[in-house]
Amino acid sequence: MGSSSSSRNKIPNAQELMDQTGFSSAHLLRLRDRFESLDRNNRGYLSRDDFEALGGLAMNPIGGRIIEAFFSSGQDTVDFSSFVRILAHFRPTDRNRNKEGTQQELPSSRTRKLKFAFQLYDLDRDGKISREELLQVLRAMLGLQVTEEQLQSIAERAIQEADLDKDDAISFDEFKKSLEKMDIDTKMSVSFLK
Amino acid sequence: MPSRTVSHGASGRLRGLFLVMVLVFLEGSVFTVAVASSDQHSPITAHSGSHKATDHGSHNNTGKAFPVLDLNYENVRVPFEISLWVLLASLMKLGFHLVPHLSNIVPESCLLIVVGLLVGGIIRGTGETVPPVLDSKLFFYILLPPIILDAGYFLPIRPFMENLGTILIFAVVGTLWNAFFVGGLLYGVCQIGTESSSILSRIGLLQCLLFGSIISAVDPVAVLAVFEEIHINELLHILVFGESLLNDAVTVVLYHLFEEFSGIGSVTLLKGFLGVISFFVVALGGVLVGVLYGILAAFTSRFTSHTRVIEPLFVFLYSYMAYLSAEIFHLSGIMALIACGAVMRPYVEANISHKSHTTIKYFLKMWSSVSETLIFIFLGVATVAGPHDWNWTFVTVTVILCLVARVIGVVGLTFIINKFRIVKLTTKDQFIIAYGGLRGAIAFSLGFLLKKEHFPEREIFLTAIITVIFFTVFVQGMTIKPLVELLAVKKKQEAKRSINEEIHTQFLDHLLTGIEDICGHYGHHHWKDKLNRFNKKYVKKCLIAGERSKEPQLIAFYHKMEMKQAIQLVESGGGIKMPSAVPSTVSMQNIQPRPPTKPAPERAIPQLSKNKEEEIRKILRTNLQRTRQRLRSYNRHTLVADPYEDGLSDLFLKKQKMFQIEKKLKEMNTYLTVPAPPPDSPTMCRARLASDPQAYSIKPASNKVPMIQVDLASPQSPDSVNLLDEFGQANQQEEEEQGLMMKPPSRPREAKKPSEEDEAKDQQRLMRCLSDPGPSADEDEDGAFLP
Repeated sequence: MGSSSSSRNKIPNAQELMDQTGFSSAHLLRLRDRFESLDRNNRGYLSRDDFEALGGLAMNPIGGRIIEAFFSSGQDTVDFSSFVRILAHFRPTDRNRNKEGTQQELPSSRTRKLKFAFQLYDLDRDGKISREELLQVLRAMLGLQVTEEQLQSIAERAIQEADLDKDDAISFDEFKKSLEKMDIDTKMSVSFLK
Repeated sequence: MPSRTVSHGASGRLRGLFLVMVLVFLEGSVFTVAVASSDQHSPITAHSGSHKATDHGSHNNTGKAFPVLDLNYENVRVPFEISLWVLLASLMKLGFHLVPHLSNIVPESCLLIVVGLLVGGIIRGTGETVPPVLDSKLFFYILLPPIILDAGYFLPIRPFMENLGTILIFAVVGTLWNAFFVGGLLYGVCQIGTESSSILSRIGLLQCLLFGSIISAVDPVAVLAVFEEIHINELLHILVFGESLLNDAVTVVLYHLFEEFSGIGSVTLLKGFLGVISFFVVALGGVLVGVLYGILAAFTSRFTSHTRVIEPLFVFLYSYMAYLSAEIFHLSGIMALIACGAVMRPYVEANISHKSHTTIKYFLKMWSSVSETLIFIFLGVATVAGPHDWNWTFVTVTVILCLVARVIGVVGLTFIINKFRIVKLTTKDQFIIAYGGLRGAIAFSLGFLLKKEHFPEREIFLTAIITVIFFTVFVQGMTIKPLVELLAVKKKQEAKRSINEEIHTQFLDHLLTGIEDICGHYGHHHWKDKLNRFNKKYVKKCLIAGERSKEPQLIAFYHKMEMKQAIQLVESGGGIKMPSAVPSTVSMQNIQPRPPTKPAPERAIPQLSKNKEEEIRKILRTNLQRTRQRLRSYNRHTLVADPYEDGLSDLFLKKQKMFQIEKKLKEMNTYLTVPAPPPDSPTMCRARLASDPQAYSIKPASNKVPMIQVDLASPQSPDSVNLLDEFGQANQQEEEEQGLMMKPPSRPREAKKPSEEDEAKDQQRLMRCLSDPGPSADEDEDGAFLP
């Protein structure tokens, strides 16, 4: 990209973003293009209906939650740096890096990925996934195909399995532990964002 | 010939081993005698035949003695010998595991080859000609399909699909590289390294290339045999194994190509181009044939609800037909078989009964196990038998070249592949992949198929192939286990998938699909999501019977888990006496009169405490005993099981009490009704009615009995009646006067509806799986149907 230096000027805090998220400048440019194509009215920020215009998200059972995740609490707009920061969670983790001090802070680290997923469950942000929240997720995913009892049983069972301190809710640590066998690094990575 | 070995404990093992050895010797001697007598017997029969004819002609009322004991081996010869071989293979398998520590050091495949060598040696030693057991037809049509079907049916789809690109590159490019490298260099060595008059220099380039293509294919049988014992992590396993399966297409094409060329003698560019096209035809055609038959099988299984007994047969037949049909057109039979098994599995499993599923699983495992054993034994025998032509140069160069080619191939390809992979392959991984490239019986059979007229150097080839096979299986097979330990390669994790993992996997799938949508990038998840939608919308409706088609995967998984847990509980808690004096809390909820208006579900926290476990065990145990009374009549068309051969006397007593309590309950009012899911909740229906129509005749009379809708569907099944009985009975013994009032439980509890339902499901499903001794560590089943 020959004009990278000039285009980078279009992106405020480009260097800072790159450091914090680990994206390269080429990536930032790609994301900038995408951001601008999503921003139909060219306002410089995204609002909820911009996201909802994406057909795929509308069909997605948890589409609403994903959209919400982009908006920090109270705000109605998403600017470019928030957009990038959220998407940075889905960068493939670079396993071969040495354990520098900054490694943990990269959004793409395993813990941060899990934290992001956790927050999608935990809508009221109280740090725990309560039974009701789990039920909501299950209802969204399974829709009308199952009865309430079956949902309850499944939620019951899930909490029983994961809940170690018996407070009838799943905290972040318990969440992490229940997924320790899963390869989160692969599952929560989009190769486009490498 | 008695063939019962009993082994218990260490001394028992040695004793068992001794018995097995005796049996094997007996069998070996019978075998040699059989082989010997088969040659001698024919003249005798012919002679006596003619003698009898003349006799009959001359004397009508003959005074010849009636043969009380006659020896006629000829009629039985072929089946008898086949059975002897299979018996030998099975006894060997038994024997190995009885010898302490042996199976840890030496992989089974090596031992079996040694046994084959011994048997071949014995047969040769007695002067007989060794039968050509590894006949290509036998191998390709009888011995190989069960192994491949077993592999394909239980193929873990998700890791396979996720790594499909890598696997394909290894299979196609890797095999091509190996073939040309080995073939080319071998030709060079033959031409340059030896004098022009030696036999080696007469081997043409095409023949060398053909040899290269035969020897370069990684063999699924050998890989399975060795990798099974080292329990390596899933990724590496699927990579090597997937490669061994998919390279069949390449091998088939190359083999026919070079055979054709060697016959005709002229190579044109057009033919080369056609060869490339034919590769795609072979591979894709094979897959297509497999998919077609898989869909047919799935569709057929939709209608088998009334003839459960032959369900497994459909699975086997369709798969075998897929294999044979592919072979008709020279397409890749292995790929057809894999495709058929993988496609049919999710739909068939949704349709068939649990017993059929178990049957399929065990038959496949049994056949593939026997096949594998036989293949290795035959390899040993064929080594002794086969015409050999040992040529030091050729053989050693081949072995070295194979190793070198494999290493270079893997390293080079990994370098390229890692650019596209999210999870890179480390050096350790590469080493294991390279080291796990074992050759096996397929190579030998392909070599055996070569015709002597076209290939005068066939014996040299065969000897070299056998040497390579021996080398890889013995040296690499034996050392891979300690190497895995040494390099601390990640082992296979205990595949107990928890419901949490399942939920989160689906959740993350949706999440990733959404993110991909936002990025505007149509990646992996997007297509997977599309495929899932298509599957749910159209395909499942066609191929899955009735209500099951709407059941989402998560529910199916959940039910499976519950069932497994139920089985485990019963197995572990089998010694519980019943009925105990502890009032069960479940019945407490139901029998104690409560205000009909139950408040909206206020689920308290049910915990799987010890008490509840006890209860579940008790329930299950009692109901197991109960089913025994029903399973009295037996006929071949209804599979009913009677697993526990305990005393039946107490059953009569219980039966009487049961009727008493039923009567009493009919007088009581409706209490708590657990809101039941729609009556024909598919899994419930299937659970109750599917496998034993006889055992589960619904009693219409008891429809009104309120009870313990521990049975979730409205029509009352005898099971729930029984459930009540026990509790009723338990309490009757204590508090006869108070009727069925029970003491409040020690802990305050609200309605534990979910757990009741669990128990109901447990016990109901348990009925279906009574005959199943319990699948042990079946990771295959834990995998979700469709990713």
